[in-house]
Amino acid sequence: MLRVIVRRLLQLVVTLIALSALIFIWLRNLPGGPVDALLGERATPETRALLTKALGYDQPIHVQYGKFMQRILTGDFGNSIRTGDPVIEVIGRAFPATFELALAAMVIAVGLGIPLGYLAARWRGRSLDHLTVVGTLLGISIPIFFLGYLLKDVFTQNIHWFPPSGRVGIGLDNTNITGFFVLDGLLTREFDAAADALWHLILPALTLATIPLAVIVRMTRASVLDVLNEDYVRTAEAKGLRHRTIRKRHILRNALLPVVTTIGLQTGALLSGAVLTEKVYNWGGLGTLITDSITGSRDYPVLQALILLAAFVFVVVNLLVDLSYAFIDPRVRVR
Amino acid sequence: MSLLDVRDLSVVFQRRGEQPFTAVDKVSFTVEPGQTVGLVGESGCGKSVTSLAIMGLLPKRGNKVDGEVLFDGTDLLKLRRDDMRDRRGRDIGMIFQDPLSSLNPVIPIGVQVAEVLERHQGRDRKQALREARELLDAVGIPDPDRRLKEYPHQISGGMRQRALIAIALACKPRLLIADEPTTALDVTIQAQILTLLKQLVDDTGTALIMITHDLGVVAGLCDTVNVLYGGKVVERARRHELFAQPRHPYTHGLLNSVPRLDSIRGERLHAIRGSVADNIPWGEGCAFAPRCDNVVDACLEGPPPLEPTATGGDLRCNNPVSEEVAVP
Repeated sequence: MLRVIVRRLLQLVVTLIALSALIFIWLRNLPGGPVDALLGERATPETRALLTKALGYDQPIHVQYGKFMQRILTGDFGNSIRTGDPVIEVIGRAFPATFELALAAMVIAVGLGIPLGYLAARWRGRSLDHLTVVGTLLGISIPIFFLGYLLKDVFTQNIHWFPPSGRVGIGLDNTNITGFFVLDGLLTREFDAAADALWHLILPALTLATIPLAVIVRMTRASVLDVLNEDYVRTAEAKGLRHRTIRKRHILRNALLPVVTTIGLQTGALLSGAVLTEKVYNWGGLGTLITDSITGSRDYPVLQALILLAAFVFVVVNLLVDLSYAFIDPRVRVR
Repeated sequence: MSLLDVRDLSVVFQRRGEQPFTAVDKVSFTVEPGQTVGLVGESGCGKSVTSLAIMGLLPKRGNKVDGEVLFDGTDLLKLRRDDMRDRRGRDIGMIFQDPLSSLNPVIPIGVQVAEVLERHQGRDRKQALREARELLDAVGIPDPDRRLKEYPHQISGGMRQRALIAIALACKPRLLIADEPTTALDVTIQAQILTLLKQLVDDTGTALIMITHDLGVVAGLCDTVNVLYGGKVVERARRHELFAQPRHPYTHGLLNSVPRLDSIRGERLHAIRGSVADNIPWGEGCAFAPRCDNVVDACLEGPPPLEPTATGGDLRCNNPVSEEVAVP
């Protein structure tokens, strides 16, 4: 087991190094760049040359990359070109917002998706099943920004159930400890702040949850349908076991194996949805940071770090998935 | 009173937009306490569906079950689903064909045996596992303490089937249904499993319904044999009579097609010509008629009735194999 973990961690390091080289080269080959962004189009060639040199972009790309890697090893991701703040701080400020949003979205997706998928499979061909099949198709195909604006329009403009945007209400003085506003509210016992943060969280989380929810429902449904036909479920029935026991121990335990993989992949892919969701709800997280860093200033240092972070999260989540797999399925353990 | 009295059991599969298909057609037979009864026939003759109908394990939708299944006088087909759940595993145990796929791959063997004791005998996990250990020992699994914690993929096919037998017999049911229990096993293991089954039913007095296509299994085990064809019982006889003097041309063909060690070298194996696909519906005559060597005009005019024979069995045939024809 330990050997598996070590091997996977080594793979993680190799992946990240390869990826860092790739983004480094790719970013610097995009048209435009920080120099243009900072100086504007009327700058003289002399000024440009000066700034290019000051930022170190005049050096050959492999030299730049070497320096970049050297600094990373000491934990220094450089400073944001836009604000001048250390990249670590810039990302650290935005990270809790996105993490909170993503976590809420996954709680919704998993918490609703597995029961729905199970019920759809058990009642295959009945109305609930048809409804979920159509619903999930919609969930997968509706663009996030469209659904986001639609929900916002309905629930904040027409019926005022939820606040339209942001993470906290205006004039609410909440204490900030972790940056996770709901958690902060609970920690400081400012329950009104916690409730307010939760209130702001619901619509964005629902929006972000649609795709993973739809995928998880479909996966669970297909997987449960497979397991229902398995001989060991018939054996369990032949034993006269209670329905509860059969569902938990014999159906779900087996059916959830592929679903766990799906959950991992979907969690890793959440960031792309977060970019759009955060835009719609004016949610100041990593997604906003990414768009700002690309459109505003070609903020190379921030972008590099963000993409590496996304890759890191993706690989780590999938490592966790593989490990949990070994935990659930004894057949994996032996290898 | 018979332990199990199956009366006119019919199972019709009906899918939307498809012709209804009668898998089991008014099958009747009885099982006395402690008796071993064989249900014999080739694939698709309805023997497995019969057993699943008795256990109430057919899918909830897409089929229609008629008739009576009297177990100790109670009609199992009329029981509420939860009442039937209480009886399965406690009064009637069942073992299946493929021991690997019939065990849950992600649950230890011990728990799979123990859970049936927890369910029906009200044992807690610890006590149930202790009894499970004894059960594994009783079905001849070596080193039961270790096997309790192991998973199905870690033990051999023969041991898996032994574990399934332990599960089926855990609550000392009065009836055990074995659906082709040796088909998926190596020949050497088959004999061991059959010996074990025979010994266990003899020791515990459990009645056994043995479902098989293998007449060798029947010869070694069954007191009475029901031969099924196209969903109907075509011949019923005590084992010795059936082997000494098969009357139905189908039974005769089955026995003749068993390869023998003492046959003349170079002699061709006998096979029943055609396949189940050639069957005609029972409504139009005898389903076996298109494949039968003894066919007469009456066979195509209507289904022959099941009638008692002189030797105490039953036979559904217009032109049975004559009693003089010696079977090798």
